[in-house]
Amino acid sequence: MYAEQFQESLKAVEAAREANIALEPRRMTADEKDRLLETYHPDYRMDQFDVLTAGPNKGEKVPKELAAILQAHSRIAKDSVDLNAPDYDVDVLIIGGGGAGCSAAIEADEKGAKVMVVTKLRTGDANTMMAEGGIQAADKPNDSPAQHFIDAYGGGHFAAKRELVRKLVTDAPECIQWLNDLGVEFDKDENGVMVTTHGGGTSRKRMHAAKDYSGAEIMRTLRDEVLNREIPVVDFTAAIELILDENGNASGAVLMNMETNQLYVAKAKTVIIATGGAGRMHYQGFPTSNHYGATADGLVLGYRAGAKLLYADTLQYHPTGAAFPEQIFGALVTEKVRSLGAKLVNVKGEVFMHPLETRDVAAASIIRECMDRGNGVDTGDGQGVWLDTPMIEKIGGEGTIIARIPAMYRMFAKYGIDMRKEPILVFPTLHYQNGGLDISLNGETPNIKNLFVAGEAVGGIHGRNRLMGNSLLDIIVFGRNAGRMAGDRCKEVTVGRLTLDHIDRFDAELKAAGIETDVVSPKLLPKYTPDFKYVCKKAEVR
Amino acid sequence: MENFVNIYLFGKEYKVPDNLTIMKAMEYSGYQLKRGCGCRNGFCGACATIYRVKGRQELKACLACQTKVEEGMYIATLPFFPLVKKVFDIEKISADQQIMMQLYPEIYACVGCNACTKVCPQELNVMQYIAYAQRGDFKRCAEESFDCVMCGCCSTRCPAGISHPQVAMLARRINGKYLAPKSQHLADRVQEIKDGTFDQLIEALMDKPVEEIKELYNNRDIEK
Repeated sequence: MYAEQFQESLKAVEAAREANIALEPRRMTADEKDRLLETYHPDYRMDQFDVLTAGPNKGEKVPKELAAILQAHSRIAKDSVDLNAPDYDVDVLIIGGGGAGCSAAIEADEKGAKVMVVTKLRTGDANTMMAEGGIQAADKPNDSPAQHFIDAYGGGHFAAKRELVRKLVTDAPECIQWLNDLGVEFDKDENGVMVTTHGGGTSRKRMHAAKDYSGAEIMRTLRDEVLNREIPVVDFTAAIELILDENGNASGAVLMNMETNQLYVAKAKTVIIATGGAGRMHYQGFPTSNHYGATADGLVLGYRAGAKLLYADTLQYHPTGAAFPEQIFGALVTEKVRSLGAKLVNVKGEVFMHPLETRDVAAASIIRECMDRGNGVDTGDGQGVWLDTPMIEKIGGEGTIIARIPAMYRMFAKYGIDMRKEPILVFPTLHYQNGGLDISLNGETPNIKNLFVAGEAVGGIHGRNRLMGNSLLDIIVFGRNAGRMAGDRCKEVTVGRLTLDHIDRFDAELKAAGIETDVVSPKLLPKYTPDFKYVCKKAEVR
Repeated sequence: MENFVNIYLFGKEYKVPDNLTIMKAMEYSGYQLKRGCGCRNGFCGACATIYRVKGRQELKACLACQTKVEEGMYIATLPFFPLVKKVFDIEKISADQQIMMQLYPEIYACVGCNACTKVCPQELNVMQYIAYAQRGDFKRCAEESFDCVMCGCCSTRCPAGISHPQVAMLARRINGKYLAPKSQHLADRVQEIKDGTFDQLIEALMDKPVEEIKELYNNRDIEK
């Protein structure tokens, strides 16, 4: 039940519901979309970006918060650890235990390589776990990988690396089959036909799902498989610096126990960065739908060692983050809610856009509705628009919400909102890092040999905007690919003398660029605790 | 105006705003979380927590990221619980009752106390899905346990020492791989791709000028 302040608007939404269900809103033209994005999308707010003056992407702009940790010092000095006495010595070191990391681990293990996964939290503590909506693959007769290509490439504003998109869409059906064969419970009808829906920007219904626990179902299955294979996982241990060898090839990482701060040296013939996204950097002060550990660590590790970023200036703001109640502010409301028929409605009960525009367009459109047109709903903590969820029950029949999006129902029911009967309030939330480390088709960074990247830490697969369901797909396609490639490569690698010289090299570059900072990175975790320094000075604690 | 409540974190009293979740209340009180915090959104099960409200008998379990504080809550987080996970080869196991007896024989020692169900933060019928597992009804076990976040609260209360989330995990994998109907259209498409059916279509896109792809994109037909 909503408080009194919402009732007037709710009545308007309810009164217009039947007509709004029947309405097929016009999709925007390409020009309209371009203008909308330029005016309202956060990626275009130039005062929120800094131009990098040191490192491989010198001269390019990135969010201010990212610039601060890219152009920062290492957490360690190069002589903090004894590189001659590694604590671990493996063929494939995988940094990150999410969907990409686990997929890579399974495939590298399949190749017979000695694999180790390090993760700063637990295996499966990752954005993969939180991906609700689904995974794309063109496996229906009316669809094709080429059709999927056009959707993904167009949705990404024609900026993606085409060879990566080709791999994404061509490997997709086989990846669904792989997951299915591992035991992932996809939604199917009684004949085995996958239940597929639209996502924003798709031209065919190719969104496969496991209710609205799609990512969680995939993640827990992959984690179980990693455990079954008895692949070593070192948890609560972060990689804080890459190690190169004398030839400049990736050769391991310095690890830090998150609880005791003890340092370890992991030597490896190949390294896979699968560290995920950056939502917890809270770019431009946005709330986020991301996991606690999403702090762009992999970008920092790679950048300091000399790997290039691609499209690090483009972020995805998911159009429908929860705007109310405060306890779930910023939490993801899956796009599947719109796939199932719910439309976006303003304070007056008007449908103001087609519900399945691409995410960047939808986010910008909601921001315009609230900020410029004054048609937002005041939530007490900010603005939001209605997502008219009772439409789903009218369109799909009673019970559709519980059957198809139980996690969403549960999330709002906890706070007394029955989304079957009442609409929910949404506003864009920081959701995905479109950019990341640049890779070649084999998953390797072009400028550091034996350094592979997979998952959200990669840039270039999705161009400047990602479609729903292409991220769960990309972590599987490129996670497995990186695992295979590293699993093969390690057989021909001889590691030279280990060095951390790049730390000093990067510091010198910072100095030359006139950057003075006391920031150390990677950040590892966000800080949500109050600053007690005025209450309890350090000297007194001692 | 913000209202405050008194809560007890590991027995120590803190005053926190009453609209916070337990997780946010811990952070408000100054805890920089390392364990016991994951997705912060109810999917990962990292923040299993037990509590008892002062003056009440009942011991409750919850996810700290999903539960609002209330006056007089005595809170202990449970960031790790030693669940038993048995290793198996998904390609080789049989999809019958035998496998449960072999891997998780303790489920047959269930005394029917239903403490697992009462404590489940996801409100699952845990004892029921264990009953399905006992019978080798993996499909029902999978359905009944589907929303499990593997927080382990159930297992903390089990006198028989059952690791319920792991039993359910096994059942779901068996169901997904062996029992759910096969997807012929998927197998067909994988074969077509192997046969190179779409190679020409895709190759034609690789070198096409951006303007032409834009035309294709902006004028593509969209399935209703």
